Amino acid sequence: MMTDWLLVAPVILALLTGTVAALFMRWRTFSMQVIWVGAVVQVVAAIALLMGVLEEGIVAVSVGSWPAPFGISFVADNLSAAMVLITAIIGLATVAYASADLASRPSYPLYQVLIQILLVGVYGSFLTGDIFNLYVWFEVMLISSFGLMILDANRVQIEGAVKYVILNLISTLVFLLAIGLLHGATGTLNMADLSMKVPLMDDGKTTLIASLFLFGFAIKSALFPVFAWLPASYHTLPSGVVAIFAGLLTKVGVYALMRVFTLVFSLPETGLQPLLIIIAGLTMLTGVLGAASQFNIKRILSFHIISQIGYMVMGLALFTPLAIAGGIFYIIHHIIVKANLFLIGGYLNRKHGSDNLGQLGGTYKTQPWLGVLFIIPAFSLAGFPPLSGFWGKFMVIRASLETSHYILAATALFVGLMTIYSMTKIWSEAFWKAQPDGQTTEPLTRREHWLYLTPIVTLATLTIIIGLAVEPLYQFANTAALQMLDSTQYVNTVMGVRP
Amino acid sequence: METLWSIVVGIMLGVGIYLMMERHIVRFIFGLMIVSNAVNLGIFVSGRLTKGNPPLIDENARQLAEGFANPLPQALILTAIVIGFGLLLFTMILAYRAYIETGTADLNQYRESETS
Repeated sequence: MMTDWLLVAPVILALLTGTVAALFMRWRTFSMQVIWVGAVVQVVAAIALLMGVLEEGIVAVSVGSWPAPFGISFVADNLSAAMVLITAIIGLATVAYASADLASRPSYPLYQVLIQILLVGVYGSFLTGDIFNLYVWFEVMLISSFGLMILDANRVQIEGAVKYVILNLISTLVFLLAIGLLHGATGTLNMADLSMKVPLMDDGKTTLIASLFLFGFAIKSALFPVFAWLPASYHTLPSGVVAIFAGLLTKVGVYALMRVFTLVFSLPETGLQPLLIIIAGLTMLTGVLGAASQFNIKRILSFHIISQIGYMVMGLALFTPLAIAGGIFYIIHHIIVKANLFLIGGYLNRKHGSDNLGQLGGTYKTQPWLGVLFIIPAFSLAGFPPLSGFWGKFMVIRASLETSHYILAATALFVGLMTIYSMTKIWSEAFWKAQPDGQTTEPLTRREHWLYLTPIVTLATLTIIIGLAVEPLYQFANTAALQMLDSTQYVNTVMGVRP
Repeated sequence: METLWSIVVGIMLGVGIYLMMERHIVRFIFGLMIVSNAVNLGIFVSGRLTKGNPPLIDENARQLAEGFANPLPQALILTAIVIGFGLLLFTMILAYRAYIETGTADLNQYRESETS
């Protein structure tokens, strides 16, 4: 009974927080207090949900007393629960960071409200067990991200937003079309029910519909060759916003890929597996090569999102328990590390008024501790042991060697090497190099200082903890992968639930 | 009947996608409208088209009898239409703002945000 409530709690809490804060927007202090309390409570609820899942296995609830497959189900397995917790943590970190970074902007309270609504969409996508409902949560997420993109926008930001909006609209339309065809072919929308009925469809139909899903989610998660919207739009955003975008948005796409291609379709049966393996390799490669040519922190990091997405999709594409566990591990690690790197970049930007590497420098001399804080996520991203990124890479590469995909493994290793190149570029330019002439330094108040640094320190600590406590997390990811590859438990839980 | 409408959906998708590949942002938006409606129509057709039969299930039966339209797709597109309408409005306002900011409606001219 308790878990029933916990399953819908993240969505309801974020929605409530956002709505109340929006209603009292004119009383700014009160409205911001609501946001803070709401963000903290979401983390608590997410921890409780994860505990519940660890204790009881997969949990599910049917909303509105309609039994599955007729009603809309909310389901949490290991993957969903972990994603919800990470989302809540990043949400809280962003709320703290934004209250320093964005506070001077004219529409500041609206930023915080929209971040909450964005979280509603993300939580909903992770928890829903109904594919049309997934579409609706995607739209919630999308429209609030559109809003965040154009608040107080300048010309470049509007240009970036046009590209972001156009490609994401195409993606949702294709996704909707795929849902329509799937419903026409099977007569159901519940993912657990679909997983029983899709195998009865003939192969041609399966491949067609699966390809549409793949295309729709590929745009969402910025896979090769449809990633162009990401490097064109992310770097135009304010740091407080780009951190949550970089951490969460593309990962929702990857999550949807993982869910749909394990539960609804079994990837090897769709015939798309070889294609996805090639896509994963090319995504890694183009992302990292794109990053190598950039000289601006946000742009470098944006391209690295793409290359890292490749590793996650590689986990899915190989489709062995180890590979999928590696993919899941990688998503969790990546959300924390990537958001953290953007936060550090944003801090430098605020402090020195630029995120162009040519205009930065000497940070190691003035703030050596910031150098340490940068090194942790940067090395983790590149995959140095014993930080979290190493284990994620280790698992997917080992899985690719086990399945004799040697070229893919070599690509993954090469991309890791190139990641080090990009990270040392930021390091040597922004931290190591002598301070350039005419660099301005904006003094920050003590409060701002803390609001900037607490999220950075927290996320860096989490990275180290994940790296050191890898064994329990590996077990957790492994269980998650097994739950996904054998959908019996998921289906039984959903179809057997009492309303 | 369904075959005929499937062909209509196909034609609409073709026209819409062609327009979406145009460089002019207003043509793109027209394409978006057509594709969005084509998708909705596709879902609608997939639930069968029948005339004048209320979709009621017999007391002893578990599912709709032959010859009835499935009402669920109609409920789905109701949601999809509303969402699509909101997104379309947003896109139109954004396009107008982009035109004001840049002085052009040619998508190829939006180069400043590109990574070079």
